[in-house]
Amino acid sequence: MPRFRLAIVVAVFVLALGAIGAAVAAANGGSVITIDNFTFSPPTITIPAGATVTWTNRDDTPHTVRAVDGAFHSKAMDTAESYSFTFAKPGVYRYFCSLHPKMVGQVIVK
Amino acid sequence: MSELDREGESRRGALKCLAWAGTGLVWTLAGGVPASIGLPAAAASRRASPFSFVQISDSHIGFSKPFNPDARVTFRAAVAKIAALPRRPDFILHTGDVSQLSRDSQFDDADQILREAGLPVFHVPGEHDVLDDGQGRAFLDRYGKGTKGAGWYSFDHSGVHFVALVNVVNLKAGGMGDLGPDQLAWLKDDLAAHGPSTPIVVFTHIPLWAVYPDWGWGTDDAAQALALLRRFGSVTVLNGHIHQVQQKVEGHVAFYTARSTAFPQAAPGAHGATPGPLAVPADRLGEVLGVREVDFLVRDHPLAVTDQTLA
Repeated sequence: MPRFRLAIVVAVFVLALGAIGAAVAAANGGSVITIDNFTFSPPTITIPAGATVTWTNRDDTPHTVRAVDGAFHSKAMDTAESYSFTFAKPGVYRYFCSLHPKMVGQVIVK
Repeated sequence: MSELDREGESRRGALKCLAWAGTGLVWTLAGGVPASIGLPAAAASRRASPFSFVQISDSHIGFSKPFNPDARVTFRAAVAKIAALPRRPDFILHTGDVSQLSRDSQFDDADQILREAGLPVFHVPGEHDVLDDGQGRAFLDRYGKGTKGAGWYSFDHSGVHFVALVNVVNLKAGGMGDLGPDQLAWLKDDLAAHGPSTPIVVFTHIPLWAVYPDWGWGTDDAAQALALLRRFGSVTVLNGHIHQVQQKVEGHVAFYTARSTAFPQAAPGAHGATPGPLAVPADRLGEVLGVREVDFLVRDHPLAVTDQTLA
């Protein structure tokens, strides 16, 4: 029972953070980008080829993640929703929110 | 007093009531230049208008936050306001963001509520309406019959030329609203058939004037569209997107942005604000949402725009 109770506590804790995707990404050695106040944070990240990036929307309005070159794009992420993409090849991937294109960021894959 | 004048008097009476309540604003234009501002001036006009229409915007069906848990309720209140207007408008323009997330169920709900007005509706998409996998296909299938490209079109009504522009697709990283070369080429051809004395009404989602570029509240290639409109004596541009009433006159072109029926947004560049929903106390929500009625007085070339809140 104690072990079971601990599992529930951990589950609740993760839910409370609203960051299940982030937790999974972290467990896989991936990187996390949050969206707060119409800003991708951090706006630039550097990752090794094969790593996964997870974006989580913490605003109270929907956002998207769309690559400038069309390499990837999310569906609309509502509040607390996430999107992940695995970058297989090295390069500089610029992206933006197609709803609010002033929101921009880039992923550098080494 | 003729029958038309009596109708005008009763309408003016209604406008005066709105002035007392502090819920209405009227702008009258003569040949595109503002002749007067304020309800009393509009009420002083002696001519009944040949027709009117209503603008409704940013219904965001599917929006649900504590201060407005169901955008259908406020949308229905707006539609009831239209149905109760003393003079029946000829049609409704919806200037985009019908839905919050482009879901069929959200469009279905919006359509069902709009039908309660019993009026024809003309649509342009907002960026929230092109979030389906087809990037606007669902919106076009529903509302875009007979339109060109991403959904642009024009029509004539009682001597006024209406132009629906789409500036929410193929947006560029770091940019604002975008019309694109195909639509601008079409606009040039479309306007070529009309003389400079034809009153023009352009309606679109994102403002065609740079309300606040840092928040993307403008359209990158709007200058090219406005250059094509410059030779006309009376041009009115109606849009939504920024969920508040703002107006500006530039030469013969008058720009008006409309309230949302779902939630307000902060004043452009307000300190510490973002272009997201602005939470307001529930009992004040009706004061910041609204619909817009537009009266045409074509013979004198004025146009009266009346914004009404839902409160």
